[in-house]
Amino acid sequence: MAEIVADAPQRVARRPRLRGAALLGAVPFFAYVTIFLVVPTLVVLIGAFTGDGGHGFTLENVRALGDEYIVAAFGRSITLSAVSALIGAVLGAILAYALVTANPRGVLRRTVTALAGVLAQFGGVTLAFAFLATIGLSGFLTLWLTEHGFDPYANGVWLFELPGLTLVYTYFQIPLMVIVFLPALDGIRPQWREATESLGGTTWQYWTRVAGPLLAPAFLGSALLLFANAFSAYATAAALVSQGSPIVPLQIRGALTSEVVLGQANLGKAMALGMVIVVAVVMALYSLLQRRTARWLG
Amino acid sequence: MAGLITRRARRQRVFRWTVLTVLGVFFALPMVAMVEFSTRNDETWPLLLDWSQLSATYPELSTGIIASLGQAALTALLMLALLVPTAIWVRLRLPRLRPIVEFLCLLPLTIPAIVLVVGLAPVYAWVNYFVGGSSLTLVFAYTILVLPYAYRAIDTGLSAIDVRTLSEAARSLGAGWLTVIWRVVLPNIRSAVLSAAFLTVALVLGEFTIASLLHRTNLQVAIEFLGKSSATMSVAVSLAALLLAFVLLLALSLFGDRRQSSPSGERRQSSLFGRRRQSSKESS
Repeated sequence: MAEIVADAPQRVARRPRLRGAALLGAVPFFAYVTIFLVVPTLVVLIGAFTGDGGHGFTLENVRALGDEYIVAAFGRSITLSAVSALIGAVLGAILAYALVTANPRGVLRRTVTALAGVLAQFGGVTLAFAFLATIGLSGFLTLWLTEHGFDPYANGVWLFELPGLTLVYTYFQIPLMVIVFLPALDGIRPQWREATESLGGTTWQYWTRVAGPLLAPAFLGSALLLFANAFSAYATAAALVSQGSPIVPLQIRGALTSEVVLGQANLGKAMALGMVIVVAVVMALYSLLQRRTARWLG
Repeated sequence: MAGLITRRARRQRVFRWTVLTVLGVFFALPMVAMVEFSTRNDETWPLLLDWSQLSATYPELSTGIIASLGQAALTALLMLALLVPTAIWVRLRLPRLRPIVEFLCLLPLTIPAIVLVVGLAPVYAWVNYFVGGSSLTLVFAYTILVLPYAYRAIDTGLSAIDVRTLSEAARSLGAGWLTVIWRVVLPNIRSAVLSAAFLTVALVLGEFTIASLLHRTNLQVAIEFLGKSSATMSVAVSLAALLLAFVLLLALSLFGDRRQSSPSGERRQSSLFGRRRQSSKESS
């Protein structure tokens, strides 16, 4: 007892020094994150503006982003991401709505949501191989279709190009949409529909005048998230596309692996910076829309 | 009105099952195709289950599997060792740093893995110099990669309990900070820690980008390599890896469900601390 009493005044006096000691506790985390996250980010940022010799500021790399093949790669990346995000958003929203009409605590909804959570994470090499086994040249579906007189590759093999990538990306985009869009749909109150009906509104009017405008920001925001998700994906495309580098992540791979070619290393950093900027813009728009969604459907 | 509601319910039911059937076929088809594809050769699955023969036939694959298991375990350990004490410490003693910690933890979400690799390449030149080129060194990068998911899981767990009251109670009974973290706070966020570890393992087992571009091996790199020589085997391994990830993540979501569907426990906690939290707000 006496010990505690003797301790008490000292502790107050020691306060300022303890703050410094408290800061020490956070040092391991900050040191680690600095080495493996902040430094790599700075390497990309600074490298994008550094000449090949490693010295001096230059806009050469950023200017090289205007090269025809890089612009084309960014164009294809954006097209792929936009199309797969759009398809994923529409189909995912329909699936999410189908789930909302079911019993919220029922087995169906819980199972589908859990499966969506798993499938949204499913990407990369295994997904690419799953589709090779399905509609690859000797895939299950390809053989079955050919047997029944329909050759999916009559006009050329499209699986290893943009249409194929879009199809494969859809496989993880739809579940992701279900996960991010479901909370917004849950925010729609049945009373709003009843109010529309009691005022003489039809189902069409309810969807175009009430639910539609309320859900639009959430839908757009989710679609943007899907866009960013597809835009940053690398592994699926890397496993599927072995010839050429149609999209930006594969161009970066080319720049990384062929460092013998002079000037490629820092060009890779410039492309990486370009990717970060696209993703950052998309995510900023997403958080803006998210705030707008929260006003009604929070 | 009653007729309208019944009719709408019926229409919704038809709509629901149509959507679920069509999309269900789309999602089931690749799985079915993988099963069919990997059973075209009778020897594939028995070989996959026979470890010694597998590692003799496909040495890259067995190396990759071992590397991935080691990476998953070590990443989970490093993530917990780094994140749990920091999250608790920042909440208790450095509340002003919390936004910075949160920002840093969520930053990897906006940096695509391929971009991170570009920046990590020079850092790993130093890692090679100091620690060597073992595939286990990927753990450093993976810990960054899983940071957003792990942080969110742990932060949710910490928000559900009153860390300050718990630690003040323990401190007033004479516990040191280590005891507070290890024996008071940690047991209370056990399920959050567990789900962070689960997510980490699932993410690490599926990682390809960083491993392949930093020239190290893991399961996904081995599968990709195998795809060039033996298509059947690579599809079989893909399916096995996929099933493992499914089981892990489904267990996680069911586990999370159980936590949510037992409100009695949480309610008891909140009523225990609710008044206390109010009074501390008044005093401050």
